[in-house]
Amino acid sequence: MEVITRGAVIPEPGNSVENKTGTWRVFKPIIHYEKCIRCLICWQFCPEPAILLYEDEETKKKTPAPKEPLKRLPVVEIDYDYCKGCGICYNECPVNAIEFVKEEK
Amino acid sequence: MKVMIRGNESIAYAFKLARVQVVPAYPITPSTLVPEKISEFIANGEMKAEFVPVESEHSAMSAAIGASAKGVRVGTATASQGLALMHEVLFIASGMRLPIVMGIGNRALSAPINIWCDHQDMMSQRDTGWMQFYAESNQEGLDLGIMAFKIAEDERVLLPAMVGIDAFVLTHTVEPVELPEQKDVDDFLGEFVPHYVTLDPQNPATLGSFGFPEHFMEFKYGQWIAMERAKKVIDEVFEEFEERFGRKYMKVYPEFVEDADIILVTMGSMTSTTREFVRRLREQGKKVGLVKLTVFRPFPKEELREILKNAKVVAVVERNISFGFGGAVYAELSSTFSRMKEKPKVVDFIVGLGGRDITFNTLNSVVEIAEKAMHEEVDEVNWIDVNKEAVLKAEGLL
Repeated sequence: MEVITRGAVIPEPGNSVENKTGTWRVFKPIIHYEKCIRCLICWQFCPEPAILLYEDEETKKKTPAPKEPLKRLPVVEIDYDYCKGCGICYNECPVNAIEFVKEEK
Repeated sequence: MKVMIRGNESIAYAFKLARVQVVPAYPITPSTLVPEKISEFIANGEMKAEFVPVESEHSAMSAAIGASAKGVRVGTATASQGLALMHEVLFIASGMRLPIVMGIGNRALSAPINIWCDHQDMMSQRDTGWMQFYAESNQEGLDLGIMAFKIAEDERVLLPAMVGIDAFVLTHTVEPVELPEQKDVDDFLGEFVPHYVTLDPQNPATLGSFGFPEHFMEFKYGQWIAMERAKKVIDEVFEEFEERFGRKYMKVYPEFVEDADIILVTMGSMTSTTREFVRRLREQGKKVGLVKLTVFRPFPKEELREILKNAKVVAVVERNISFGFGGAVYAELSSTFSRMKEKPKVVDFIVGLGGRDITFNTLNSVVEIAEKAMHEEVDEVNWIDVNKEAVLKAEGLL
């Protein structure tokens, strides 16, 4: 797609996914699944949304959890392509399962 | 058909004849009559258009942008403070390359508050990326209003345009105007075809997007190219208009210039007074000429260089002031000559601010200084018809 158009028009919309905003990140959230109780608060609060929800059995089962019965619940994963590192998830997590570390590039 | 109309009606008739489909407008002296007349046309069923009453000029231009982006012909009108309030939105119209046409009742800017004529309002919008036309008469207001659509909508241009008519001298003065037939204007303008990407749910597109530093300059360069290309398009449209309607327009309109030592450069309604003044000087054998600047953006450098090159003194007579430098036309004209080896001496004359009459006395003072400038140094910027003593007293200098 041509980027330079007359009047800065974008004739093929829906392309903001091409802009990987994850490169903006200075700090990076990391979920420690052995602590994560799958409450989905981080998923609700993420403004991007860069926290993805997985409801399929395979992901639910294979992702570690602090207790076996929690594996029946949907599980989240951070989409680092778009996570800008705002830290809201880290701030909101009720069980401190999210660590916020300096990005190393 | 000959009609007796005011300048504001010229703009309204231009919009009606151009079959403008959307008119978002907010009233302001002296251009209020434009939306008033258009509402009347619509109410009488003479014009099929959407009139959008908005809460400010800022909203008027925003609505004009929205409508134009949808792909319809859009016109609006404002003046002075109203135009100033539109300022930031004007850049958006030109940056999005929307061919909106706007009538301006050229009026002074406050303070002190003043509703009368000068060109400060439009001159202050010089860098917004809009084309600028200045009418000498109500006929010119109408003709330029119609032509502005054809120029703005041309596939090679796609830039918005403003047409200035002098406050009261034109906006509220009744003059005989030759009103073209609807059919002839239809033939001249053709059906409105947006040569740009429009808002259309069937073909989604993003308009008014973000421009990162790595792309922004390219979009600005596009506007620069469009403004340069507009020069030729304006000539073509002026020529076609003359063929069809018999009235001649030129970006730079010269009269009595062939052997002229002194050439006066004017804009807008003051040109009529100046023409008669120059004609009388010619009768006295004085070699004085006149150049009317109809188009200020794009600035017709090439024509001005050619027409003015043999003059000894070019006297710029203008109704605007850039404090700390001089008149806007003087500034541009001087730099237009900067690369010429042999160039005329340019002298600036600030006249007629806030509706002060420009009379033969005014022009006499101009020519006196211009004649002096032929063989001695004179001030670069000369304020004419000003009670300087009173000002010096007020400023504590006397």
